[in-house]
Amino acid sequence: MSTVTSLIYLLAAILFIIGLKFLSSPRRARQGNWIAAAGMILAIAWTAFASASIFTRTGLIVCIVGVLLGGIAGAVSARKVKMTAIPQMVALFNGVGGAAAALVALASWLALAAGHPGLQRTLPEVVTMIIGGISFAGSIIAFAKLQELITSKSLTYTGQYLFNGLLGFAILLLTGVVLAVPGSIILLIILLLLILALGVAFVLPVGGADMPIIISLLNACTGLAVASSGIVLNNFVLIAAGILVGASGTLLTKMMSDAMGRGFFNILFGKAARAQGYISTGDKGEGRPVRAGNVEDIGMLLAYAHSVIIVPGYGLAVAQGQQVLRELADLLQKRGVEIAYAIHPVAGRMPGHMNVLLAEANVPYEQLKEMDEINDQFKQADVALIVGANDVVNPAARHSPGSDIYGMPILNADQAHNVIFLKRSMRPGFSGTENELFFDAKTLMLFGDAKESLTKLVAAVKTA
Amino acid sequence: MNEPVIVVLTYIVLTAFIGFEVISKVPTILHTPLMSGTNAIHGIILLGALLIAVHAQTPLEIGLGFLAVSLATINVVGGFVVTDRMLELFKSQRPGRKAGKET
Repeated sequence: MSTVTSLIYLLAAILFIIGLKFLSSPRRARQGNWIAAAGMILAIAWTAFASASIFTRTGLIVCIVGVLLGGIAGAVSARKVKMTAIPQMVALFNGVGGAAAALVALASWLALAAGHPGLQRTLPEVVTMIIGGISFAGSIIAFAKLQELITSKSLTYTGQYLFNGLLGFAILLLTGVVLAVPGSIILLIILLLLILALGVAFVLPVGGADMPIIISLLNACTGLAVASSGIVLNNFVLIAAGILVGASGTLLTKMMSDAMGRGFFNILFGKAARAQGYISTGDKGEGRPVRAGNVEDIGMLLAYAHSVIIVPGYGLAVAQGQQVLRELADLLQKRGVEIAYAIHPVAGRMPGHMNVLLAEANVPYEQLKEMDEINDQFKQADVALIVGANDVVNPAARHSPGSDIYGMPILNADQAHNVIFLKRSMRPGFSGTENELFFDAKTLMLFGDAKESLTKLVAAVKTA
Repeated sequence: MNEPVIVVLTYIVLTAFIGFEVISKVPTILHTPLMSGTNAIHGIILLGALLIAVHAQTPLEIGLGFLAVSLATINVVGGFVVTDRMLELFKSQRPGRKAGKET
């Protein structure tokens, strides 16, 4: 590798580091993204240019067509996806990245297998295939769960620990065999199938609400797979970028699970423990009566309240009701009602997601309050207006050890004088756990699409 | 880059420390965009895919190469575009903030 290439790769790595640093600061985050992109273009363009002499004609066509198709697919899907579907897109992009890493290692393996390559080559190749493959399979399951193609509930069964452990052990054993006998394609295929199976098995027991943390972890894993592929290909910038992502991703995963108040291991393994003996609180209470409110009553309640705390959730975003919600809030403010938005760290699927959605609707920044800031104020609030949120206000998180969401810090909406839920139906929230706050005596339910309900409330408040 | 293992190991350890340190102060509100941004950065695997696909000849090599290149490009392009979209909305908050301070 020439000195120029090394210098360019070093520059690219520097740009990635600066990009990451800026991404951590609200003022410079957008620039940070562009700086990292610049580093990316630099590294890739130079590599393509410097490899010009070793391109075969077929190779050139494969690369150009691949980049064009991938570029269009990536750009179009990223542009058109609704903000509410961003988390699953991140999972999807992560998954294909992991797959790409595994494929690179696989291609390298197949190219050399016949010639008895040494362990310093085959070992990183296998490691890349394992990490990349697990990341790919796990990310696809995460995507499916978030997109609600498969159930978003945590899927557990007795003996799950044991099964996953055995699977992992089988992979290790088979890896040893495959390293000893690199020529056997059959063994390699079996190994790859086991790897994909473990990826799936690993993510199936994770509940929808915890998914962002797993995605962050898989993101870090793909980074490690990329670093490992860099060892295979003897390429500095792959290693550097891969480790940057692996390390920052790991720390970010820890930070995200702290923000959710969930111990990380609790998320991975807690579910399986619960399957072995606890009853879920959702079993009782079907058919319990709820107080369904009518729009005029609720409008009056809101119009004459001293303070209203709004708890927005995913349902609001899905209904695209942010604008109408802001209209309602503005209307109430003109009448002298104090308004605040309580943003739970996990509202809307991922930390920061709800802030972004409300920003779309021009909700003033100062009215958005984080959970810790606002939790004490609920007991003085006249109304807690919960729009499309559910798990984040479910008291079961405080006192039901059997519940999927136990231990998650929640917004104290149940402490407000009145609680209003805007929901489409009695369906449980993302975690699949029933919310006992629905049945509380001071709770009123307003059923319907969030946007429609809010529009009716705006009209009701105007005439109240 | 055919340095001895210990040099590579040194790179890895030092880079890991940089990775930890550089994002250690990220506010909660930026967790998701940061995750998306790092997602885009690991799209650099495209570089690896190109190096592999460059001399593809047998149908298998062509197939694997093409798949690796296109998937990696989806990761890279999709990743940066999605991150930019998330961050677009942070910018518009600032005028709102200023307006709030003026009242």
